[in-house]
Amino acid sequence: MNLNKILKNAFLIVIFGLIISACATKKSVKTTTEPSTSSTTTTKADETQKADPIEKLDALMQGDVYVGSDTVGELASGVPDRVFFATNETILTTASRETLRKQAAWLRQNANVTVVVEGHADERGTREYNLALGERRANAAKDYLMTYGVSSDRIKVLSYGKERPVDSGSNPLSWSKNRRSVTIKAN
Amino acid sequence: MRNKLLLIFIFCFFFKPGISYSLVEIDITRGNLDPLPISVSPFFADETSIKKIKKNLNIDNLGLEISKVIENNLRKTGLFDTLDKESFLQRPDIAHLKPRFEDWALIKSQVLITGKVTSKIINEKDYIRIEFKLWDVLGAKMVDGFSLTTVPTNWRRVGHKISDKVYERLTGESGYFDTRIIYVAEEGPKTQRVKKLAIMDQDGFNTKYLTLGNELVLTPRFNPTNQMVTYLSYFRNMPRVYLLNIETGKQEVVGDFPGMTFAPRFSPDGKKIIMSLAKDGNSEIWVRNLETNIQEKLTDHPSIDTSPSYSPDGKYITFNSDRSGYQQIYVMRSDGSKVKRISFGKGIYGTPVWSPRGDLIAFTKLHKGKFFIGVMRTDGSGERLLTENFYQEAPSWSPNGRIIIFYRETKTDDKGQGFSAKLWSIDLTGYNERLVNTQTDASDPSWSSLLD
Repeated sequence: MNLNKILKNAFLIVIFGLIISACATKKSVKTTTEPSTSSTTTTKADETQKADPIEKLDALMQGDVYVGSDTVGELASGVPDRVFFATNETILTTASRETLRKQAAWLRQNANVTVVVEGHADERGTREYNLALGERRANAAKDYLMTYGVSSDRIKVLSYGKERPVDSGSNPLSWSKNRRSVTIKAN
Repeated sequence: MRNKLLLIFIFCFFFKPGISYSLVEIDITRGNLDPLPISVSPFFADETSIKKIKKNLNIDNLGLEISKVIENNLRKTGLFDTLDKESFLQRPDIAHLKPRFEDWALIKSQVLITGKVTSKIINEKDYIRIEFKLWDVLGAKMVDGFSLTTVPTNWRRVGHKISDKVYERLTGESGYFDTRIIYVAEEGPKTQRVKKLAIMDQDGFNTKYLTLGNELVLTPRFNPTNQMVTYLSYFRNMPRVYLLNIETGKQEVVGDFPGMTFAPRFSPDGKKIIMSLAKDGNSEIWVRNLETNIQEKLTDHPSIDTSPSYSPDGKYITFNSDRSGYQQIYVMRSDGSKVKRISFGKGIYGTPVWSPRGDLIAFTKLHKGKFFIGVMRTDGSGERLLTENFYQEAPSWSPNGRIIIFYRETKTDDKGQGFSAKLWSIDLTGYNERLVNTQTDASDPSWSSLLD
């Protein structure tokens, strides 16, 4: 067998294959990236006959902030333990501020209680960034409690990032329940 | 590591590669074209050695097992077509002595690997000597080989070293088989995951758990000598960066700042750990010198700065920051000066990791509800997305910079069931995506450098 000939042929095949595969790569990347539009908007538009659950969803979320009561526990009687955030946000909503004012009032009345404010993120972010985001959310809540008269040495913050979701779903409603800060009695 | 290869003896290259032109060569910068047909003959062992090895390791045919380790490594590269042993015409012992090349050409093998295992006693202790030869079937000659002597329990590592040699010889690139992966082993429901540090060989064997799962642990990363690991532990509910010596099991806190320390990585010389410190709602990047214990703040910005990674020459650091409004990738000098944003594509960018060759940065990108693993040049140009999925992140490079390992989580169903986290690998070419076998669910992989 003539080795050179074999190698030459192999070389040509390789070049040819390379051209084909190069074209194929470009195409496959494009087709995979483009059609992936937001899944939530398409379901809303398409499933008009199933208006009921969507209305329900709207009632549970304002923008993408959770406003329902599922998963919400109590720091004390009549004092909700958690507040919710929009995606990638640390801003406290009007409802969140109201909850935190109740927490502050109760903490002022119970001066010996110390708390841990846990900060959480949903699963739609990288782990390390979410740890930072959780810390930011917990501090947003802590700062508000301090504004309403709770001294900083009574409040510890602890970020869990995306490590401790309360809802294991992979949908916007579940994620909205997981973007939260929770005030927990520490003593 | 306990079984740090006792390569006491001779790494004896009894064949000198000579002028390095080999007839069979593979170009790995391309996707999977025709994989090269290769035969890995079972390694031969004499009767006495077989008995001795059976006693030491309780393995009947170690030669066959070693050949399977090599075969498995080579096949998973996507570059080799490992031929069925059933089709081999020649006995292992004779083939190792002098192959009848026509027999191997007949089954369309272009490359042949043969070997021999012998048990030895040195200072009244049992050892094994493993010899291997790499043959060019078309050129009808031997092109490489070596032998080495080690303790019997190291046999898999010898298989990996042979694989590295073959890969290096046929692709011109250094290998990545004699390496380990440290990762986080996961179990339990999504809302209450139990996480442990785990370490395994690159091919999924020899898994060891380094923590018990009593506290949450995240993001382990090797130092350059692979003996130390830095990671985040929630020990006593205080998330801190720790340093673990995996040979002695000794642990210490390195990021004991007021606040949370996280996202640690070693400097290329192993003398420093770079990490994030989150305090009062702001995360900055700090570096701690492990020799002087001096720590220094490198970024100063009210935004989230995290996921730092050094360039291989130690002169630069890449990290992600949301100072522009969303997470983007930045590069700065290692003293914190000259901060420059490099990612400008559509979407959110995170977890930049500098390649061991220095020319690329791997990243995670979130765009239109999908997660991508991609690479870009260190100035941000030439962005290339390698893989897309519902959720995946945390790329880590193979030591030769050819493969990226990462983890992927599944979408749960309507009832919140069906969650899993697994390790995957993909070639830099964007081909050869593979599930990496782990005993449990797994995340946060970090690939070691080549072991000694």
